[in-house]
Amino acid sequence: MSDTTPMAGQIPAASAPAGGAGKPVTFRGGGFSPKPRKLVGLLVFVVLIALWELGSRAGVISSLVLPAPSEAFGAFMDLANSGNLWRHLSASLQRLVIGFACGVSLGLIFGTAAGLSSVARAAITPLVSAIFPIPKIALLPLFIIWFGIGEGSKVATILFGCFFPMVIATYSAIDNVDRTLIRMGQSFSLSRAQIIWKIVLPAALPGILSGTRIAASISIILLVAAEMIGAEYGIGAYVLLAGNLMATDQLIAGVAILSLLGLAVNWLISRLENHFLGWRN
Amino acid sequence: MDLRVENLSHSYNNLEVLRDLNLTIPHGEIVCVIGPSGCGKSTLLRLLGGLEKPSEGRILQLGEAPSGSLNPLTYVFQDFALLPWRTVEGNISLVLEPHGLSAEEKERRIADVLERTRLSDFRKAVPKQLSGGMKQRVAIARALAVNPAVLLMDEPLSALDSQTRELLMDDLSGLWQREPFTSCYITHNLNEAVRLGHKVVVLSRRPGIIREIVEIDIPLAERDVSNPKLAALQQQLWEMMRDEAQTADMELAAG
Repeated sequence: MSDTTPMAGQIPAASAPAGGAGKPVTFRGGGFSPKPRKLVGLLVFVVLIALWELGSRAGVISSLVLPAPSEAFGAFMDLANSGNLWRHLSASLQRLVIGFACGVSLGLIFGTAAGLSSVARAAITPLVSAIFPIPKIALLPLFIIWFGIGEGSKVATILFGCFFPMVIATYSAIDNVDRTLIRMGQSFSLSRAQIIWKIVLPAALPGILSGTRIAASISIILLVAAEMIGAEYGIGAYVLLAGNLMATDQLIAGVAILSLLGLAVNWLISRLENHFLGWRN
Repeated sequence: MDLRVENLSHSYNNLEVLRDLNLTIPHGEIVCVIGPSGCGKSTLLRLLGGLEKPSEGRILQLGEAPSGSLNPLTYVFQDFALLPWRTVEGNISLVLEPHGLSAEEKERRIADVLERTRLSDFRKAVPKQLSGGMKQRVAIARALAVNPAVLLMDEPLSALDSQTRELLMDDLSGLWQREPFTSCYITHNLNEAVRLGHKVVVLSRRPGIIREIVEIDIPLAERDVSNPKLAALQQQLWEMMRDEAQTADMELAAG
């Protein structure tokens, strides 16, 4: 670096005068820790919708291709005023709630069995691996034959869709439970049932709840798909009809309802997590 | 109640871990077991409390457990094993719940052990809010709550920093002086052994056999850091273990 070769054993940097003009140490740490910024997300929505509305009004975006947000909102209000909103929404919610609740409960039971018993695990996991990858919507025609064209086949599709991710989430969550906690329970002579109820399941709850989140998203997707194939009422049927009539404003309104539905379900699960997993923070 | 180990041997598959141990843990005494890493100390403790079945030999409980003892053989674990979703009080109540005690009796036991471990102010705290030393105090309180006949302690201070370890050693010593308990105390720390043990059992490296049993007749109250007799004892134990520890270390490095 410099032309003055230091003598052997001397440290070149030590020659800087004490108290002289030193070079401050450059800061190179920090970053990599995202913090919550709630307003930014809202702002992105507002700006995007405003740009979209402006583009439509200025004629840059053809209303046939993409109707203005105000038109979609108008379609939504029409739907609400005609009383059909509630009819569609209640049909969808009923299917969703029954299918999701049954699928998640059964998944929990089978997943817990697979997590705790070697025989149950050997019996259940190959079956799950074989059936989980099948898109459940491909089974819908079969379900229609088995359970009829009415509610049964739609609920069954959602139920099957929720069941498998729930089984997998539950037994992997149980696998990850800290074994020292279980040994502790045994060392204090807690019964098997008490160990499962008071140690294993609470410890597996974070994994089970994130499985529930996945199951919820899957069930909304399957709900719409099933309703598009054959239903008189339901958000999926409404969207399909709007598409067939090229009523893009109604289509956007329907899609927005689905998005809100998804957000609502996510919010509910977050509330559950805050309630049951408060000890993590 | 005494605990007696007779001709105990244990192997995992073909790996012999313990060979022909004979040992008594007498009532009201702390028996420390030391040995190089991998000598089967922790295995011995799991066998003592019935968390594992010995391959050969047997472990006997001699005499009756004290009245009111809910769980005669009770562990204190190295990594505390507290349920993170329960408060201090909840963690203690967990081990009382299976016994169908009345609410008053449960409350009495919880208040008593919290008082003895000086945790009364932390009743409603969850483990995450506590330091390592406090967590281990909670685990000790939980163990005392079932009024054990023998406390089985598996390196209870090994996960703590050295200052906290000193504090907890004083606490354990104080607990014993106020109300003597019976304990088998596993450690790799010679200082803990000479500070707390009435008897120190030195195990060899794998397969673990008893090399020596050293009796320490200094009362616990007099065993402070500056006691020269303790330093000499610790030195003597170290001489005994040094070669074994070195060989065990090389074994691990080679394997």
